Amino acid sequence: MTANSGTGIAERVTGARRGDRVGDSPARPDGAQKTRGEFAFSSDLWMDGMLWGKTLRSPHVAAKIRSVDTAPALAIPGVRAVVTAADVPGRPTFGLDVPDQPVFASEVIRYHGEPVAAVAADHPEAARAAAAAIFVDYEPLVPVVDPEIALEASPIHPDGNVFRHLVIRHGAPDATGDVVVEGDYEVGMQDQAFLGPESGLAVPAEDGGVDLYIATQWLHVDRDQIAASLGVPAERVRLYLAGVGGAFGGREDVSLQIHLCMLALRTGRPVKMVYARDESFFGHVHRHPARMWYRHHASRDGDLVKVEARIVIDGGAYLSSSNAVISNAACFAPGPYRVPNALVEGYAVRTNNPPCGAMRGFGAVQVCFGHEAQMDKLAAALFMDPVELRLRNALERNDRLVTGQVLRGAVPVREVIRAAASHPLPPPPDPAGPVTARPGGAGATAGPEDVRRGVGFAVSMKNIAYSEGFDDFVTARLRLEAGVDGEAVATVSVATAEVGQGFVTLAAQIVREELGVARVVLAPPSTVDVGSAGSSSASRQTWMSGGALQLACATLRAELVVRAAELWECAATQCLFDDGDVVRAATGERLSVPDLLAPAPLETEHEFHHRPTRALDADGQGDAHLSFMFAAHRAVVDVDPELGLVRVVQIATGQDVGKAINPVQVTGQIEGGVAQGIGLAVMEEIVVTEGHVRNPSFTDYLLPTVLDMPDVLATVIEEPEPGAPYGAKGVGEPPTISSGPAVLAAIRDATGFPVTRAPVRPEDIALTWMRRTS
Amino acid sequence: MRAARVALPTTVEEAVEALTEAPGAQLLAGGTDFCVEVNFGLRRPPAVVALRRVQELRRYEVTPASVVIGAGTTYADMGGTELSAVLPALAAAARTVGSPQIRNSGTLGGNIATASPAGDTLPLLAALDARVTLRGPAGERTLPLGEIVTGVKTTSIAPDEVVVEVVVERRTGPQQFLKVGTRNAMVIAIASAAVVVDLEAHEVRVGLGSVAPVPVRATEAEMHIGDAIDWRATGGPRASAAALARFGELVGQAASPITDHRSTAEYRRHAVQVIARRALERCVVRAA
Ligand SMILES: Cc1cc2nc3c(=O)[nH]c(=O)nc-3n(C[C@H](O)[C@H](O)[C@H](O)COP(=O)(O)OP(=O)(O)OC[C@H]3O[C@@H](n4cnc5c(N)ncnc54)[C@H](O)[C@@H]3O)c2cc1C
Repeated sequence: MTANSGTGIAERVTGARRGDRVGDSPARPDGAQKTRGEFAFSSDLWMDGMLWGKTLRSPHVAAKIRSVDTAPALAIPGVRAVVTAADVPGRPTFGLDVPDQPVFASEVIRYHGEPVAAVAADHPEAARAAAAAIFVDYEPLVPVVDPEIALEASPIHPDGNVFRHLVIRHGAPDATGDVVVEGDYEVGMQDQAFLGPESGLAVPAEDGGVDLYIATQWLHVDRDQIAASLGVPAERVRLYLAGVGGAFGGREDVSLQIHLCMLALRTGRPVKMVYARDESFFGHVHRHPARMWYRHHASRDGDLVKVEARIVIDGGAYLSSSNAVISNAACFAPGPYRVPNALVEGYAVRTNNPPCGAMRGFGAVQVCFGHEAQMDKLAAALFMDPVELRLRNALERNDRLVTGQVLRGAVPVREVIRAAASHPLPPPPDPAGPVTARPGGAGATAGPEDVRRGVGFAVSMKNIAYSEGFDDFVTARLRLEAGVDGEAVATVSVATAEVGQGFVTLAAQIVREELGVARVVLAPPSTVDVGSAGSSSASRQTWMSGGALQLACATLRAELVVRAAELWECAATQCLFDDGDVVRAATGERLSVPDLLAPAPLETEHEFHHRPTRALDADGQGDAHLSFMFAAHRAVVDVDPELGLVRVVQIATGQDVGKAINPVQVTGQIEGGVAQGIGLAVMEEIVVTEGHVRNPSFTDYLLPTVLDMPDVLATVIEEPEPGAPYGAKGVGEPPTISSGPAVLAAIRDATGFPVTRAPVRPEDIALTWMRRTS
Repeated sequence: MRAARVALPTTVEEAVEALTEAPGAQLLAGGTDFCVEVNFGLRRPPAVVALRRVQELRRYEVTPASVVIGAGTTYADMGGTELSAVLPALAAAARTVGSPQIRNSGTLGGNIATASPAGDTLPLLAALDARVTLRGPAGERTLPLGEIVTGVKTTSIAPDEVVVEVVVERRTGPQQFLKVGTRNAMVIAIASAAVVVDLEAHEVRVGLGSVAPVPVRATEAEMHIGDAIDWRATGGPRASAAALARFGELVGQAASPITDHRSTAEYRRHAVQVIARRALERCVVRAA
């Protein structure tokens, strides 16, 4: 399959069949609504008589709280409640992994923007005024903002400053190569920048519990954390998925959920909260900034001998998912290459910077900037073509990772590299073309003579689903019944959060494929009538929720066959299921699904677990991961070195997808992921100085516009993954991982400058240019 | 919460009256700065005087000697009407502003009254010694731009005054506007430069943005290059590479940039001299 952004979507995705089964590209059920602006997002929630919530956040990075006076806020007309740490009825803290983060700061402030109180009022303006009127007496402290210093500094939290220190020792520790290259690399703090800000509506219930309508990635884990802090049984906290305006990992942690529920229970009224854009930057975790040191050893022929790395990620004030992020960073530190010997040291550190957690690519992104720059350095030292070097060292099936894990699934690393490399290059920069097509864009800064073109290459790998022994499962229920018109209707109940990835489309495709039933209804996801589906993250839902659904379909198919056999009074083995009918082999008689459903509906529920994984041992060895995805990106970039401005011209990619269940959606993930990847490479960064967030707005947190988006040429490699439904791997994360490193490589190629930091800033390039030319 | 009262005048006179009648009333043009400040809680006027219906503010006039641009002229108009033929650098600046939505709403008057160091129309207006006409209860007054924009987001416009129009003298010759930002579109300038070459007066005028609290002229650079250019050379005015390089240096000296979360002072100074030089190079012939 080839996709080219230059043309309309229909011609673009060759191989996208029209139908509505697996391998086809039916349109998303919510697509037209979203395009027309009619889709109800969580920020559109409304209930008569509802109150508006507002959070008060710390202006300080580190401080002691001497006292909090809420009286001035309560005196404002229309204010119904103010809650602080003192009002948390249950567990005072929350957290995805370990509950180390206060619902409200009580004694200590550990990061800029930490919540201190929340207000509910009749009108959002009254709520805003009330939050501003709360008097908090802070005693500012000197923050710890450098992770290297935090490693040694006295603890800023009772749990200490080191979240996790992980060492991977593999092969011979003192092995050395003929050729050795070394480098330091840095990645800044990226934000998920989902367009729908955090929002929800909490409604108090008669049983003393609460109903929460919320945009999230994982309903059940939110519920458990809310219930613990409210001090009520989990069944009394009911979560319903509201329209999610993007997530990218930023909705995995609790943000306003507990605050909203506390306010609803306190006031006995429905309470709605919507973060404004600036608050959203304080309300969720970000991508971990990273500092990395690498030393690669290779033989004279270009075989990797050893990789040494030290990776320090800044987790900010609270744990979130830092432990899993550093595990990924360490496990994938060498990239998708065969490395017989390795010593990788990973640290996830607590500082007074904003908390960091899950974001698309999860640890694999940061190290990819390091290992791919190293591969280029090595290629230069060996006088080898960088693509050749990568092909030579590419992982294959039955190879071992540096964790000792043997790769038993599909490992088409060479195929993705060749696919990316074989796309046509764009025409050279056109001296007569519009100035806005050059670096600097609308600013018209570059003449034809100011532009240099570069080409860069990067390859990546990442795990699918949860690792290191986590019991990762999805519960799904499927009901088949005859509708009023006699047609069969399949109803899917699964708590999978649709965050834009298109699971709603795939779910219907899978049921149609398996049962031949055209009418598929997805029950609204909630915690009420079905168990957990896990998070919509880690590229896992196609495999996990898709797998659960496929299993449920198989069960009902078998039951349909049994029903038919009973009617025919023959053995079930004499009957087979054929595209919506059961056929009696001996006679060719057929019974349709609606016929078989006439006596009674059928229903089944399944809990689908993936193959268990294991914890890493003291040497970082073990079968910690379920499966792996691979991708390669080639970037073509125009650079104006004198001004340090960049324009990405083209991204060509090969991506290992196992099976494209919906080719158009795969293309969507690739193009969107590329946008996010190049954003990190050239502009997206939360600027934090001394712990203060300096740019919490879309004025200054820059996202790529259409003028920054290159053409994308994509080839998907469909080598089925054993154990995965239809052989499909996840597709969401890989486009974000190696696209950015490929862009930095292209900038290095164009300029000859050692660009070692993402995002690269104009001054990083231009000031090097100045030094070299003066 | 009391809602703001909104007046919808149709003439400048009515607008001034409305401002005088309601104490604390504020003018609303395209709202592209105004509403952002409301959202951030930085601005909560008790009354609003909306200018959208004041047709006379949207008027512009091109005469042989001058160009008059109404304060209500939008970026879309600056970039897409006959204004773009007589003031190509203003059109170029307008095309760098925001997104199509912003260019359809945002106005010249709003850009002047906001007086941001990064206001993209201001470098050209500074280069052309624009004069700005204000109308208040006591009548009209006309001031040079430099006396209107007095500091970072501060002006000498009185609370009951309306910016009516801007007047610039017409100049014959090429003009350029270049703007540096980290993104290829919809970005606040890190540095910008407007360069106007006057083929009749034999002078070069340079206005700089985002490199000082207010838009600045690079007068030293202007004088140097005005003298260094061979104005009568066949094929158009000609400057040596050395003179152009010196021009860039002098532009850099005219800047007094700061370091903030958008960029560094060092880069801004470098960038502004590069773009001013490049802008001029597009207007003159570069001699070997
Ligand atoms: C997404 C976005 C992108 C932007 N990009 C750019 C950019 O690239 N370059 C740039 O320069 N600016 C940019 N801006 C800022 C803004 O668009 C401009 O400054 C615009 O010119 C403001 O004009 P307005 O008509 O919207 O003014 P308003 O927002 O309506 O008003 C701004 C101020 O001017 C006052 N005012 C308006 N008209 C008059 C008048 N006739 N007399 C007296 N006072 C008046 C108002 O009272 C108010 O104080 C951007 C804004 C946004 C939201």
